[in-house]
Amino acid sequence: MSALTYVRPDGVDEAIALVSADAGAAFLAGGTTQLDLLLKDGVIENSTLVDIGRLPLTGTSLLDGAVLRIGALTTMADLAEDPVVRERLPFVREALLAGASIQLRNMATIGGNLLQRTRCRYFRDRTVAACNKRRPGTGCAAVIGPARMHAILGADQNCIALHASDLCVPLVALDAEVRVQGPGGERTVPLTDFYVLPGRSPDVEHVLGHGEMITHVDVPLPPATSRSRYLKVRDRASYEFALASAAAALVVEDGTIAEARLALGGVGTVPWRAGEAEEMLRGVPATTAMFRAAARAALRDPYTLPGTAFKVELAQRTLVRVLEDLAEAAS
Amino acid sequence: MATSSTTGRTTGEVRVNGEARRLDLDSRVTLLDMLRDHLGLTGTKKGCDQGACGACTVHLDGRPVVSCLVLAAQCDGREVRTVESLARDGRLHPLQEAFIRHDGFQCGFCTPGQLMSAAALLAQRRASSADEVREAMSGNLCRCGAYPNIVAAIRDVAEQNGTAGDGGPGAARNGAA
Ligand SMILES: Cc1cc2nc3c(=O)[nH]c(=O)nc-3n(C[C@H](O)[C@H](O)[C@H](O)COP(=O)(O)OP(=O)(O)OC[C@H]3O[C@@H](n4cnc5c(N)ncnc54)[C@H](O)[C@@H]3O)c2cc1C
Ligand code: SF4
Ligand code: FES
Ligand code: FES
Repeated sequence: MSALTYVRPDGVDEAIALVSADAGAAFLAGGTTQLDLLLKDGVIENSTLVDIGRLPLTGTSLLDGAVLRIGALTTMADLAEDPVVRERLPFVREALLAGASIQLRNMATIGGNLLQRTRCRYFRDRTVAACNKRRPGTGCAAVIGPARMHAILGADQNCIALHASDLCVPLVALDAEVRVQGPGGERTVPLTDFYVLPGRSPDVEHVLGHGEMITHVDVPLPPATSRSRYLKVRDRASYEFALASAAAALVVEDGTIAEARLALGGVGTVPWRAGEAEEMLRGVPATTAMFRAAARAALRDPYTLPGTAFKVELAQRTLVRVLEDLAEAAS
Repeated sequence: MATSSTTGRTTGEVRVNGEARRLDLDSRVTLLDMLRDHLGLTGTKKGCDQGACGACTVHLDGRPVVSCLVLAAQCDGREVRTVESLARDGRLHPLQEAFIRHDGFQCGFCTPGQLMSAAALLAQRRASSADEVREAMSGNLCRCGAYPNIVAAIRDVAEQNGTAGDGGPGAARNGAA
């Protein structure tokens, strides 16, 4: 890559102004995605990096005892140790600790985690010509294959790139909101509306405009009676991306499900909320038969290839296992 | 503005193993390349150069990070510790002695990174069981497969100096040293 300007502004407004004014500029937080793609893979181009890593957007606060506000520059490691996360959001902690390694979690931030780029190896390989995400209109090398660590939901022949975040899976289940500041002011976007399905434009991944900064992520706390769990299934025991994962938070009263929040990882082009499955479980007995039916609904109409078809069954089993564990703990 | 590099260069100061070092580098230089190529500290190794193997692990402000995915510029005003800081006054660190005793390496290429991760995990008292050590060390790969001996070496030191910890909920997970 060519020469790089490194800037470390003193405040949020200055950082936003610097990136907004320069089409070649990008925010640099922990750098574990940005530097990888820019310096190593060479699949993105920036003439300027605006280092926001020391801006005072770290730590958490509790709003009205009901919403956990997370500074976008809090590291994954620090958020996993947060007392409210430990106590009220166990599956968020589990998802954080299941992601990457200690070293990377010490560097990686929450805002950066939401905006991490796909691990699709064709996307990350400059010598591969066909990639609609990297070069719109060139086709998709992954559908010709081989594909394995790819998405089966929200995918089609244009792009099957997986959104590989673990953290986003419980966050999307909890209806977290992304607080954004940009040159035009502040706005709040529900995480469920934050990502854009690839469709005809796989290069567009989310609703942020150039120069808009994530300042916080607001997470509504589930009821105190809720139990939650995140389960990640992968090729290695640790330090590997998910083949399938499931996040679930359940309130079970006298064997009946009062409330269910469900999402899947490792299968979607975006963090995948399983809304229909949630509806099916509300008010029914917490039984394996019900869990299986809900899991089938969650995996309806997948787009599979020979290398990814196994994920349909694997994701269902992962979700059923999480639900069974939670139901057992509640009985 | 705190720091800017208009010419594609970055200036500043970083403390490396307790010593203040001036930075005047191309802004693209990583912490790993700064250590090896500019400061001659070649103990820290470059494996994948993409954040995946842990060979380049150093402590930044006391926490283990992979130095291949950090810009030298990001370290301005911060404290870096490398494997060269482990031995003191000509005496090996207890972890280094234990790695030798337990055959914790074959080719030795991953060892500096393993040692830095291990030092952080002892400081955090996260070595209460072999499983806990394995999970905490999972960001450090070893192509020679010395894993069982690495775990044994770390457990040995933890038990000797009482830093095994209880592994309970109080044990911090960020590996800060
Ligand atoms: C080897 C390896 C293994 C990994 N394994 C996992 C895993 O198992 N699970 C998992 O979930 N993740 C995993 N990751 C991904 C990792 O979690 C992300 O790279 C990390 O969270 C990104 O955060 P960062 O602070 O380093 O972001 P950066 O790299 O600094 O930034 C990422 C992107 O977000 C933008 N950005 C950053 N912060 C903001 C902000 N506040 N506002 C607007 N834009 C912003 C940047 O401009 C950039 O485009 C892995 C990464 C590596 C390298
Ligand atoms: S799956 Fe998406 S990112 Fe991967 S090669 Fe196809 S278009 Fe590119
Ligand atoms: S060289 Fe940095 S992680 Fe492999
Ligand atoms: S000893 Fe050779 S890579 Fe670990």
